[in-house]
Amino acid sequence: MGYPHPSHPRETVILSRHFGDAEARSLTLWMKRGGYQALEKALGMSRDQVIEEVKASLVRGRGGAGFPAGVKWGFMPKQKTKPHYLCVNADEGEPGTFKDRELLRWTPHALIEGSAICAYAIQAEQVFIYVRGEFTEPIRVLQAALDEAYARGLLGPNVLGRGVRIDMTIHRGAGAYICGEETALMNSIEGKRGNPRIKPPFPAAAGLWGCPTTINNVETLCAVPHILLRGAGWYKGLSLSNPKSTGTKLFSVCGAIANPGNYEVTMGFPLKDLLYDLAGGIRGGRTLKAVQPGGSSVPFITAEEADATILDYEGCAAMGTQLGSGGMIVYDDATDIVYQVMRLAQFYAHESCAQCTQCREGTAWTTKILQRMLRGEGRMEDLDLLFDLGEQMTGKTICVLSDSCAAAVVSAIRKFRPDFEAYIRSGRAVPA
Amino acid sequence: MSDLVTLTIDGREVQVPPGTMVLEAAKLAGVLVPHYCYHPSLPVAGVCRMCLVEVAGSAKLAAACATPVAPGMAVSVSGAQAKAARQGVLEFLLINHPLDCPVCDQAGECELQDYTFQEGRSGTRYGSFAKRYNPVEDFGPDVLYVPNRCILCTRCVRFMEHVAEAPVLNVSERGDRAYIGIDAGHKLEHPWSGNVVDLCPVGSLISKDFLHKARAWDLDKTASVCTGCTQGCSVTLETRDNMVVRVRPRPNPEVNRHFICDRGRLDYHWMNRSDRIETPLVRKDGRLAAVSWEEALGQMADLLRSAKAPWVGLVSPGVSSEALEGAARLLALGKGTGAFRVPQGEEAPLAGVPDLALRADRAPNVQGAEAAGFDRDWPGAVARTRSAGLVVVLGEALDGVEAPAAGVPVLYIGTALPEAARGAAVVLPCASVAEEEGSFVNLRGRRQPYYQAKAAPGMARPAAWILEEVLAMLGAGAGVAA
Amino acid sequence: MSQTGTGTGTHEATAAASRVFEGAARRELDAILKKYPTAQSALLPALWIVQERQGWVSPGAMAEVAEVLGLTVAYVKGVVTFYTLYHQHPVGKHFAQVCTTSPCNLCGAEGVVAALLTATGCKRLGETSPDGLWTVVEAECLGACGFATPVLIDDDLIESVTAESVPALVARYR
Repeated sequence: MGYPHPSHPRETVILSRHFGDAEARSLTLWMKRGGYQALEKALGMSRDQVIEEVKASLVRGRGGAGFPAGVKWGFMPKQKTKPHYLCVNADEGEPGTFKDRELLRWTPHALIEGSAICAYAIQAEQVFIYVRGEFTEPIRVLQAALDEAYARGLLGPNVLGRGVRIDMTIHRGAGAYICGEETALMNSIEGKRGNPRIKPPFPAAAGLWGCPTTINNVETLCAVPHILLRGAGWYKGLSLSNPKSTGTKLFSVCGAIANPGNYEVTMGFPLKDLLYDLAGGIRGGRTLKAVQPGGSSVPFITAEEADATILDYEGCAAMGTQLGSGGMIVYDDATDIVYQVMRLAQFYAHESCAQCTQCREGTAWTTKILQRMLRGEGRMEDLDLLFDLGEQMTGKTICVLSDSCAAAVVSAIRKFRPDFEAYIRSGRAVPA
Repeated sequence: MSDLVTLTIDGREVQVPPGTMVLEAAKLAGVLVPHYCYHPSLPVAGVCRMCLVEVAGSAKLAAACATPVAPGMAVSVSGAQAKAARQGVLEFLLINHPLDCPVCDQAGECELQDYTFQEGRSGTRYGSFAKRYNPVEDFGPDVLYVPNRCILCTRCVRFMEHVAEAPVLNVSERGDRAYIGIDAGHKLEHPWSGNVVDLCPVGSLISKDFLHKARAWDLDKTASVCTGCTQGCSVTLETRDNMVVRVRPRPNPEVNRHFICDRGRLDYHWMNRSDRIETPLVRKDGRLAAVSWEEALGQMADLLRSAKAPWVGLVSPGVSSEALEGAARLLALGKGTGAFRVPQGEEAPLAGVPDLALRADRAPNVQGAEAAGFDRDWPGAVARTRSAGLVVVLGEALDGVEAPAAGVPVLYIGTALPEAARGAAVVLPCASVAEEEGSFVNLRGRRQPYYQAKAAPGMARPAAWILEEVLAMLGAGAGVAA
Repeated sequence: MSQTGTGTGTHEATAAASRVFEGAARRELDAILKKYPTAQSALLPALWIVQERQGWVSPGAMAEVAEVLGLTVAYVKGVVTFYTLYHQHPVGKHFAQVCTTSPCNLCGAEGVVAALLTATGCKRLGETSPDGLWTVVEAECLGACGFATPVLIDDDLIESVTAESVPALVARYR
C-alpha cells in the first residue's frame, strides 16, 4: 500500500502497513503495535547472532545495488580498534523512486529500530541518517521520532538499560543526487563535495573519517525488525520465483499509470500484475509502451518484455534490465520517448559530480545530441555516436552515474529506434 | 627480496614492492601509461580516467594510478580496449577544449597535444555545438587561469591542499560547468603556488612571467641548481637566444621532490643583465683599461708577489665551491682569511614535504663558503681591509661597502663592476653561475653540480678558472691552459 | 537551468552583512559540532543555519563559516557551489522548485512550471518576481514521483500540483 490508496489484496503488507496512519508516528502508539520488541530481542542476542539472522534471511540492499545486507554487515571488523559507524542512506534521488520518503514520514520508528539493531550488530555507537535536503517533512517527522526515542531510553548512552550506546543524528543533504552513492554520501557527511571515492578501500575497511562504516538503505533497515521478530526463515519464505530474492519490495509506480503509488509485493511478483491489477493499468485508457522497473538508471524494457518480467533481481536481469530501487516509471504510447530520454540525460548531466572525464563531458554531450535531434537537426550518425559515447561511459568511471545515463539512452535507442529515426527524418515525434 | 611482487606489463616482467601502483610499476618496466591527474608527489585522485589499462582476467579496465599490483598480474597498456578507452577520454577532453594551440604557451610541452597526436582521433565528432566559455582569470602574482583549457585534473587543487597545506583553490560547480575557483578576495600568493603552473598538464594555469615569451621547442634546457637560498633545489634553466627565459624544478627526491618556490622560479632575470664586465681591466695611468687575459694575469701576478700580508677576502656565498676553494688557497698565500654576508629573508616551508623550505639564508652556497674556510664576520673583514696588503673580492657587489682606502690594492673578480670597485687595481670578468659549470653545497651538506646554460659575455671566464690561472702564475696551482 | 536565483530578490542583502553565529545560532552550531569528530563535518549543517537565518549564503557568510570552522573560504565556496539547495544570491521571499524530471514530466510538470511563472509574475526561471515575492526554478527529481507534480515551496512539499491548481496555490502564499 501507499498513500493515497488503500492496500490491494494482492500486496504483501509489511513495511507499508501504517502508511497514511499519522498515529503510527508517535512512539506510544508505535509500541502498542509491537514497535521496538525486535530491538529488545536483538540486544539479548550476540552481535554475531544478529548478523547471522540477517544473513540467513538473504535480504538484499533495497537502494538499488541489491547486495546482501547481512554479508555487508559481516564485513565490519570483529575487533573494534576504531569507532564504527552506520550511515542510513535516505538520500532517495533515483528518478521514479519515492518509497523511502513514505517510510520516513509514516514509520520513522521502524527505521530507528532497524538502524539501532544494525548499529548494535556492527558495533557502531553512532548512526548518521543522511536525508536529502528536499525532504523537509520527513526530516521534521524523523527528528520528532528521534527525540521521543531518546526520551524513552531507546537511544542514547544506555539503550534499553543494556549498557549499549547508540546515538543517531540526522545529517541533512543539500541537493545532489550523487550523494546517494555510498562513498559520496560519506564525503558529504565529512563536509566535503559529494564526490564518490575510489574503491578499494571499501567502507567496511575505511569509511567515515577512515573508520569502518556500513551504509544501508532505509527500506533495507526497515525490514530488519521484522526479520528479527519473525525469523529469517519466514523472510526467506517470502519468495515467489528465485530463492535468492527474498522478502517484500516497495515498488514506486509512477508516470503514465492510473493509480501511482507505492505497492508492496513479495519478491518474484509478475510485473504485469503489478501494473494492471494493482496499479490500475495505464491512465487514460492508453497502452503501455515502455517501463523502467528500477528507476531511471536501468534499461528500458518494451511492453512485451514487461509482460514477461518477474520482479526480482534475477528476473529483471534476465530481461536485460535491473530491479534497482524499484522505482517503476511507466511510459504510455503517447510518450515522446526521445524527449523523455533527453530529459533523463539532462538529469544525469546536472548531477554529475565532475570528477571523471567520461561522465562530466559525456552526459552533457549526450544531452546536446538529443536536444539537437528534438530540434529537427539530428542525423542518422547520431545514433551510432550515442552508442559509442554510451560505451565510453560504461565501466570506466569511479561510480556508475555515467553508466546509468548510458543504460537509459542506449536501451531506448535499441528498443525504440523508429522513434529516434522519425525525429531524424522528419524533425518530430512519431504520432501516437 | 622475496617480498617483491612479480607482474607483467605489456609482456615485460617487473618486480616491485607490494602496494606499488600499476602505473609506477609500468614506469619501471619502461612502459609509460598515459595519464593526467596522477602525479608522484600528489595524493591519488583517479579522476581523469586516462590511465585505464587492461588486466587479464578482469572484464573491467582498471585505473593504473589507483590499482595496486598483484602477483602474476598481466597488464596490457597497448591493448585495443585500453587504447579505445584513452581515445574516448581524449575525445571527451577535446570537445570543450578551445583550438588555442597557436596562442597557447603550453604548445610543444602539452600532454593533451602529445597524447592526442599519439592516439587521438583525427577529427572531432562534436560538430557545431558551442564550447563552454569562461573568461581568463588572474589568480595572483604570477598565475593566470584559462578555464576554457582546463581539463579538471585537479592537480592544482590537490597541490595547494595537500602539499602546500593551504587549500585556496577549489573545484567550483558540478558537471561540465565545473571550473577551478579561488576565493574572490584572495590571490595565489603562497610562496610555493607557482608550482601549479608546472603541474598543469595543459595551458590552463600559466605563468605571466613566461607569457608568450618563447615556444617550448625554442628552448634549450640545462640542469642547474637554484641560486635563491641554501635549500639547493634542482632546477632546469631554459634559455633561448642566450637568455634565460624560464626556471623550472627538476625532480630530486632527496631535496625538492618536484617543486621550487616562487622566488627561485622568478628570480632569474639578473642572469640576463647586460651591464657586464666584458674584458679584463688593469689600472693604467690612473684609469682602468681593457687588456688581454695574458696581460691581466701577468699584472695580477706582479701585484700579488709584492702585496704584503695579511690579505683579506670579501666573497659572495653565491659563487661556485670551486671558485671559493680557489680563493681560499689564494688568500692563504697571503696569510689571509675572508668573510661573506648572506641576504636574509623569511623562511617559507612547503608544509607537505619534509625538510623543504625557502631558507632564510638567501644564497646558494653558504655551506660551500664555510667549507672553504670563510666565515660570516663581514664587518670584521671589512674593517680589516683598511690595513690589508691586498683585498680580494669575489662575486660581491659591495653594496653599502665603502671603497677600500687608497693604497690598499684590490683584485676584483665579478660579473659587473660596482662603484666601490672602481678603484681596483685589477678587474677580472667572471661568468655568472648560469654561464659556467660548478657546484654548490646546500644546507644539508649536499654538493650538487650545475651546468652551463648560456654563453658568458665578451671575455668573461668562470671564476674557478680565473683563480686557478692566478695560482698557476704564482706557481702554486695547476693552471688551466688559456 | 538556473537553480539558485539571480540575485534580484529583496531578501535582505543587508541582513547578510551581520554575523550569523551568535547567540542561539552559535549554540545550535556548538551542539552540532559535538556530534562529529571534525569541525569540517559541520559544514553542511552550518550552511543550513546560515540560509535559514539569512535566506541565502552570502560571501560574507561563507567567510564567517570558514572562520568559525577553521576552513578556507575557497574550500567553503567549493562546497557551496556543489550543492544546489544553497542559494548563492538572494532569492524571492518564496522559493518554488518544480520537479521536471521524466516521471513528473510525463504528468504535466512543464505545464505546472509555465503556470507558476505566470501566476507569480516571474519573467524567467531563476529570476525573482518584480514584487520580490517569488523565485521559481526547475528541480531534478524531488522523490515524490507518485504525487506528480510535486512543488517544493520553501519547506512545504505540495503534492499533485496541476497547472489548474497553481493560481490557488500561489494565492495561499501572499
